[in-house]
Amino acid sequence: MHAYLTSYAVVGVVLLVGAAFLAVALTANRLLRPHGPTAEKLTSYECGVDPVGEGWAQVHVRYYVYAYLYLVFAVDVVFLFPWATVFALAGYGGPTIVEMFVFVGFLVVGLVYAVRKGVLAWV
Amino acid sequence: MNVAVEVAVRVVLVFAAFLLFPLVVGYMEHKAMAHMQGRLGPMYAGGFHGWAQLVADGVKFAQKEDIVPADADRTVFKLAPWIALLPYLLVLVVVPVGPGGLVGSDVDAGLFYALAVMSVGVVGAVMAGYASANKFALLGGIRVAAQLMAYELPLVLSAVSAAMAAGTLSLGGIVGAWRPWWLAWQLLALVVFLVAGVAELRRPPFDMPVADSEIIFGPYTEYTGLRFALFLLAEYAGIVVVSALATVLFLGGWKGPVLDAQLGWLWTCVKVLFVAFVVIWLRVSFPRLREDQLQRFAWMGLVPLALAQLLLTAIVKVAIS
Repeated sequence: MHAYLTSYAVVGVVLLVGAAFLAVALTANRLLRPHGPTAEKLTSYECGVDPVGEGWAQVHVRYYVYAYLYLVFAVDVVFLFPWATVFALAGYGGPTIVEMFVFVGFLVVGLVYAVRKGVLAWV
Repeated sequence: MNVAVEVAVRVVLVFAAFLLFPLVVGYMEHKAMAHMQGRLGPMYAGGFHGWAQLVADGVKFAQKEDIVPADADRTVFKLAPWIALLPYLLVLVVVPVGPGGLVGSDVDAGLFYALAVMSVGVVGAVMAGYASANKFALLGGIRVAAQLMAYELPLVLSAVSAAMAAGTLSLGGIVGAWRPWWLAWQLLALVVFLVAGVAELRRPPFDMPVADSEIIFGPYTEYTGLRFALFLLAEYAGIVVVSALATVLFLGGWKGPVLDAQLGWLWTCVKVLFVAFVVIWLRVSFPRLREDQLQRFAWMGLVPLALAQLLLTAIVKVAIS
């Protein structure tokens, strides 16, 4: 357990060093750069025309469907990781593969269903 | 005390690699693209073939005014470059460079960790797109999100294939178990991984989220100065990370023709730079995919291919063990 946590200690230190690097760089940048905001500079960029309406617009529902499909797959793919390390060990073998591919097969059927329903047609 | 020194050395080396390699890849992109297009590319900065071009760019960016649009969500807007950049640094920690513990930190579930942390970087671009309060940026940010969802799946599936072949999630362990004939066995996974990796970095031909002819520069439209430079650095750091993971998972990492024990780090560097070159080559060779083509390519092309590779890996692995 101790060695396990130690291996992540380096990760933590690197994160701190990286964050410190960014903080120092942005502070140095604050000292170096000019600062002269005007109302024109601070408007949202819309190709030189005054912005119309709000920047936050509504988004098409198809993104939601894609996100849903992704979530279903991604959550299940996580189960492949522990399986991948043991399936070839003694005592697992053939039946383990069949089981996993029955499981993945269900997902594929879901994907085929989505395709047949026209969910993956973008426009 | 000894442990502290060792940790310090590892951290410094990882950080140096993080600062150096993206610059090398960026310079290589300038030069390789230029020569492929019959140009010379940068020739002046630094004297010798413009080697200091990106350093000069950095100096320029550092002196530019920093503008946060009045309508923007200031906190998220300023935080986004951090979220975009730091994950790639954290992935580099676990990439093994040579045999015998020549790695920032040999994390037990290295592959799982690398994939999980890498995809956090994309959130930075989504944050940038949303916080800018700009229609182009918002569209770009949403395209980034859609692209991540489409290509994360084939990326993870092809990486699982390497883990299955090696029977471990440790990146060092995967390289240790790697044999040259795996190149043929895992070829499909390598191709899927590389394509999905390029797509996840939003590099051409998958650069719909930053398509300049449609939405200016997507999520980064409102960024200026150093924050903009940090996003660019994140892109090149991303190329390094994807190339390094492809090297470790599918190309045998530190294993070369001779002297693996002594020159392992050199083989790793050569392979990483070669894969990075291929990524640049793709940019020069292919036109941009349209958004619907992009989604179709992932769901109908790469995902089934990756699943087929999983089946192949599983059968061959059980047959030989």
